Amino acid sequence: MMDKHREAFREEALELLTELEAALLDLEKTPDDSDLVGRVFRAMHTIKGSGAMFGFEDVASFTHDIETVYDRVRNGELAVDGNVISLTLSACDRIRRMVAAPGESSPEEEAAAEGIRAFFKGLSAATGDRGPAAAPSPCVDGPTVQPGQDGEEITYRIRFRPARNIFASGTNPVLLLKELAGLGRCAITAHTGDIPSLAEIDPEGCYTSWDVILTTRQDMNAIRDVFIFAEDYCEVTVAVIDGGGGGDADTDYKKIGEILVDRGDINAADVAGILSSQKRIGEMLVDSGVVTQETVQSALAEQQHVREVRKERKSAEAMTSLRVPAEKLDTLVNLVGELVTVQSRLNQVASTLNAPELIPVAEEVERLTDELRENAMNIRMLPIGTTFSKFNRLVRDLSSELRKEIMLVTAGGETELDKTVIERLNDPLIHIIRNSIDHGIEEPAVREAAGKPRQGTIRLSAEHAGANVLIKVSDDGAGLNAEAIRAKAVEKGLLVPDASAGEKELFPLIFAPGFSTAGKITSVSGRGVGLDVVRKGIDALRGSIDVESRSGEGTTMTLKLPLTLAIIDGLLVAVGEDRFVLPLHCIEECVEMTREKAAEPRGRRITRVRGDIVPYIRLRECFGSPGEPPAREQIIMTSAEGCRVGIVVDEVIGEHQTVIKSLGRFYRDAKDVSGATILGDGTVALIVDVPQLVQGTEAAERAFS
Amino acid sequence: MSKLIMTVDDSASVRQMVGFTLREAGYEVVEAADGRDALAKLGARAVQMVITDLNMPNLDGIGVIKALRDDPSHRFVPIIMLTTESQAEKKQEGKAAGATGWIVKPFKPEQLLAVVRKVLG
Repeated sequence: MMDKHREAFREEALELLTELEAALLDLEKTPDDSDLVGRVFRAMHTIKGSGAMFGFEDVASFTHDIETVYDRVRNGELAVDGNVISLTLSACDRIRRMVAAPGESSPEEEAAAEGIRAFFKGLSAATGDRGPAAAPSPCVDGPTVQPGQDGEEITYRIRFRPARNIFASGTNPVLLLKELAGLGRCAITAHTGDIPSLAEIDPEGCYTSWDVILTTRQDMNAIRDVFIFAEDYCEVTVAVIDGGGGGDADTDYKKIGEILVDRGDINAADVAGILSSQKRIGEMLVDSGVVTQETVQSALAEQQHVREVRKERKSAEAMTSLRVPAEKLDTLVNLVGELVTVQSRLNQVASTLNAPELIPVAEEVERLTDELRENAMNIRMLPIGTTFSKFNRLVRDLSSELRKEIMLVTAGGETELDKTVIERLNDPLIHIIRNSIDHGIEEPAVREAAGKPRQGTIRLSAEHAGANVLIKVSDDGAGLNAEAIRAKAVEKGLLVPDASAGEKELFPLIFAPGFSTAGKITSVSGRGVGLDVVRKGIDALRGSIDVESRSGEGTTMTLKLPLTLAIIDGLLVAVGEDRFVLPLHCIEECVEMTREKAAEPRGRRITRVRGDIVPYIRLRECFGSPGEPPAREQIIMTSAEGCRVGIVVDEVIGEHQTVIKSLGRFYRDAKDVSGATILGDGTVALIVDVPQLVQGTEAAERAFS
Repeated sequence: MSKLIMTVDDSASVRQMVGFTLREAGYEVVEAADGRDALAKLGARAVQMVITDLNMPNLDGIGVIKALRDDPSHRFVPIIMLTTESQAEKKQEGKAAGATGWIVKPFKPEQLLAVVRKVLG
């Protein structure tokens, strides 16, 4: 990739040199023209800066002193004469040589270049108190990525006080807090005491400051680095409050009450009674007006955080993990699912009754349920790395069988996914990797002929993206052959012969059943079973596949998978009396459809959305819901299988945390629904399997026409 | 929706490298060849970030930063300036004008992305 940029730089540098020469010749006639001096300086500056970026360090260091000289000319500290100009012109020639044919200069040329260099160096430093002495070295004083250190966990107290005008620098303090949170576990307390009344507030000012208690393995520099850009706009103090060293947690001796109870001087009930009548120190301080409630809250957060860290360290010493049978976890998740259902019922009851005592309780239960749900899901999460390492063997065996040289590189093995998802991902990944080995990576001789390394590379990586995980399998092989796919698709009747399908439409066809463009059948693949299995497997996981490919450069398949299977975010909609849930991940937007708009295309099920013509499906017809549609219906735009299809419903109710219940064996032939869920009021809503519904309708239409 | 970033640089190769790196990372990119071009292309159009070189013809990077900070529709947009080591006072000037952060040339694509992620969240 760098080569492409180098080529661009080469062209640019040659252009600049031509322009530079013209400017120098003009400058010789009018040495005082500041515009010309500016042009010369800028050209040198660009050659130097861009040269260093694209690996022409020799050009950069050669140009450095010339640039400095013209900077001084620009600042009126130096005047140009004929000698300077003719030497600059020879410097241009030299740069041209260096750019056009790097590393191919004769000793005489080298010597001449050294002469030019020495001249400009002398000139730039003549009275040079301001010329920078060192040539640019490839380093950055911006934020650096700190490698994770295997040091001990240290807890810091960070007080972050942004200046009132911090927003004027384009800095978002919340992002800085997020970045801190990314370094480790943290507790953040906001101080909002300085926020004035609405009448006095400057809406463009920042009045909030934060205390952050952070436990991390990173050092103090990593924390300082977070604020590196904003240092002029904020006050940051960082202090270590828990050094992680042993012994500190044990130095606390028993409390006085405990000692007295132990000695038998008083009993425990006495202590409890006395303590409950006593005010906490924080309350006393607030009452006396020395500090505000917030300050105390912040200090309490610090206390609690450090206590937790210490407690955890102790328990970590005792045991690092606990083995639990998987069924126990499944039961836990099921119970949490039930709880989510009950909780939404509670919410509904609370809002119907409109009872002021009930609503806060319902909200509290909601918060706890959410936390519990997240925790329960987290327990089921496993790093995907173990699966990745299994593929090393697969790649090794297959490549030797096919006489290819292939290396498997994995990244993001620590990415966590639901246990079930990981298990069910195994087969699809095997198929994709097999496909890459068999069809993607070429034989060593072919690769060498194409100017690629003999050894092919398959990259397997995983990363989080919102509520999804992206798993990418990419190879540096031959890439997909769009023409072969087109021919095969026409042969299979998937495509009309003269259809103008682009790569975006063509590539997904490789997942169609029985589709293979392999010239010969090998033991590995070529029988056209495989990729359609991948598609089915990924669909079953409510995921999607995206294919990118460049001829001769390779293919990348990206699997997008939800983090968990048991509970999804859905959109609750109504059709007549019936309720349906559409998985939120495949929804793009909702638009209104009036009766007139529906009537427009004379009975055909297409409509216009923002200028695009989009086909739609009426959920009412699919599920035979009784009754007439309302005058205003809603179209939910979905993107399934790479195309946009609208789904028409009566009403959109809103987002809904959907606990998936399977429908049981009796309904296993019900293709268009993937499950059901129980709503707050006890009714059942079906979860629509959008890709299946779209495919099914398409197939039916095709059969009909 | 992917985020839109404007890159302003008079060097076509740097523009290409910055644009390529950002697009690979999933951002949308508008390119401008100098400060005047940048302001013309920007107008009131919302971008999520601006990456600008400092030394440019017509209108330099400092001018771009000042103009954007004066414009109500871009007052709070994060602006990253590309500087070189020998431009310490330029960097200071840029910071004073309201730049959000900076990258020192030469830089590698990973360094660029690290800064973009830091400032854009």
